[in-house]
Amino acid sequence: MRPAASAHTHPGRSFQDPAATAGFQAVMRSAIEHKREAQLQVPWAQLRAQAHRLKAEAIGDLDRLLVHFEREFSARGGTVLWAPSARDAVEHVLAICRRHGVSTLVKGKSMISEEIDLNDALQASGIEAVETDLGEFIIALACDQPSHITAPALHLSRGDIGELFARKLGIPYSDDPHVLMTAARDRLRETLLRAQAGLTGVNFAVADTGTIVVVENEGNGGLSATLPPVHISLMGIEKIIARLADLPVFLQLLARAATGQKLTSYTHHFLGPEEGRKAYCVVIDAGRSEVLADPKTRESLYCIRCGACLNVCPVYRRAGGAAYRSVYAGPIGSVITAQLSGHRHGAELPFVSTLCGACQEECPVNIDLPHQLVHMRSRLAPDARDGRKGKAIGAAAFLMQGRMTYALASALVRVALRLAPACRPLLPFLSGWTRERALPALPKQSFKAWWKSRERERPR
Amino acid sequence: MSATASAFSRLRGGERVALFLPCYCDMLYPHIGQAMVGLFERLGVSLDYPQEQTCCGQPAFNGGSWPEARALARRFAKVFSPYPWIVVPSGSCAAMVKVFYPYIEAGAQADELGGRVFDLASFLVDVLGVVDVGATFAHSVTYHDGCHARRELKTSGAAVALLKAVRGLRYVPLPSIDECCGFGGLFSVEYERLSASMGRAKCDNILVTDADVVTSQDASCLMHLEGLLERQRLGKRPRTMHLAEILARP
Repeated sequence: MRPAASAHTHPGRSFQDPAATAGFQAVMRSAIEHKREAQLQVPWAQLRAQAHRLKAEAIGDLDRLLVHFEREFSARGGTVLWAPSARDAVEHVLAICRRHGVSTLVKGKSMISEEIDLNDALQASGIEAVETDLGEFIIALACDQPSHITAPALHLSRGDIGELFARKLGIPYSDDPHVLMTAARDRLRETLLRAQAGLTGVNFAVADTGTIVVVENEGNGGLSATLPPVHISLMGIEKIIARLADLPVFLQLLARAATGQKLTSYTHHFLGPEEGRKAYCVVIDAGRSEVLADPKTRESLYCIRCGACLNVCPVYRRAGGAAYRSVYAGPIGSVITAQLSGHRHGAELPFVSTLCGACQEECPVNIDLPHQLVHMRSRLAPDARDGRKGKAIGAAAFLMQGRMTYALASALVRVALRLAPACRPLLPFLSGWTRERALPALPKQSFKAWWKSRERERPR
Repeated sequence: MSATASAFSRLRGGERVALFLPCYCDMLYPHIGQAMVGLFERLGVSLDYPQEQTCCGQPAFNGGSWPEARALARRFAKVFSPYPWIVVPSGSCAAMVKVFYPYIEAGAQADELGGRVFDLASFLVDVLGVVDVGATFAHSVTYHDGCHARRELKTSGAAVALLKAVRGLRYVPLPSIDECCGFGGLFSVEYERLSASMGRAKCDNILVTDADVVTSQDASCLMHLEGLLERQRLGKRPRTMHLAEILARP
């Protein structure tokens, strides 16, 4: 996983320069409203607790369940390939393409393919890779990066997309969604029919039946998986669930949490290849063992990628997905990005949060995101900030260690507040505050001083 | 005798209640501490203020400097361990002790302290069993929930109940009360534009209520909102007051 290349397509989009429009924020707000309405249709709290427990069991039993899945998937004629690293996963896909003479590969929506930078590797090997999910198709045309887990092109307006299609597909400009969709569909149908292989992600891999479950709304995932003679599934190890009987719990939660739908338009159960066809499933670790090994972050592997934590996050709503420079944005992205990328980037992300906890409230599997964010801060602090900030916290903490040093700190605060109006640029810490806000008025004396004089005056 | 009545009689019988006043309140908002002392005197409970107290360690904890946070947690536990009850006029600092000391494994003394630490609203309503504290305040008031008070301690109900029982006070609910104000400790200066953007949305909701006063259990949120409101240069703007200040009004 590499830092997303979106900085150049969206200049100024960073956490220091939050650029999300009012329209974007309104979309996020209505997504959460739809979710909350949809929750009322089912015993939400009960399903949520059940899903949490089922995921805990599955993640706790991962070694056994993965092997069980391999056995069942193989018995149905599929082939499981193991990928300890992102690079291994890419090599597997390239080897499959070579074996079957694949020159064109169609892709259903797969976040993990973004995570392992598959498209770059395919391109370098001369394989044409075409995204068939409308949002991903748009992102690929724009040479952009997805900004949302379930809605990758969320940050683009239909005007943006109209201009993009006019430029890249050579159609007359239109911002009519129907016209744009038809243009994309025509292009994609043709590609789907000539591709030699199709690649999709996995929402759930069912251990006891060897079933691969993919949910989607557009139908492109089903076509990508079934039209070409070779189907490649990419999954992170955490996608496993123990039993087919567990699936309804997750299906009832996932679409409602993501969009407020009762179910997605399509729920595919892929049960191995038909006669004369091939099915591969690449099972990828790529940093997930590290998440698993830390009991305080393990829960983040329960994530079913609904995007609700993004939709409700006040930081995501304002900064947009591009600011995260990661395939996974929002609170869940802030927890897992550093770990999944082998600590190559994402160390800052857990710090870009007020730890307000709204994400956990919305999470359909009740992942303790705020506590994981603060835990990741302790793990990533040395990578995330320059030494100066760490020293400043250390110095402040030192001052808080004794009564006399505390009195000194208290005196320093008084001096700083008194001088601030006159020489605010001298105090970088204060300017972080005062660019946007007025400083509090300095009281006559501290509470400690007041208490002492009160004690003195009190009759003993 | 009910549990709360017995707690009250134990307190009246001389069990000591310590006040932990968050460090920044000691330095910047001494009147919150003074209001706490006055309020509890009226309720017949005399507060102790252990003068060795400094900081609960939350800024270091949130900043990822856990060794420093642990050291401060241990110090806090030592200073307050003699007290059977500790009351804190802050949801955020109370949550630090109750929820996060065990989380950072700061030692048995710190772990054990959590059960004795209460935010102001929970202490009054759940421990003392008092909802009407005998206050009078003839203004319209809206209540801002700090996120720790709301989600870690779940004390919003107690705070609102206390306000509603104040004579003359007209309680106006704050729209989108569950959205963070954007303070977030160090976040407020490290990502000041995000912080201020969230704060301005909160201010808009406060202004919609047309309340005279916005109150909260957390002076840190109020410091941020007050700072933003002041910059807006409005003709008339709501005053920020800590919950303790309103409840202390005779």
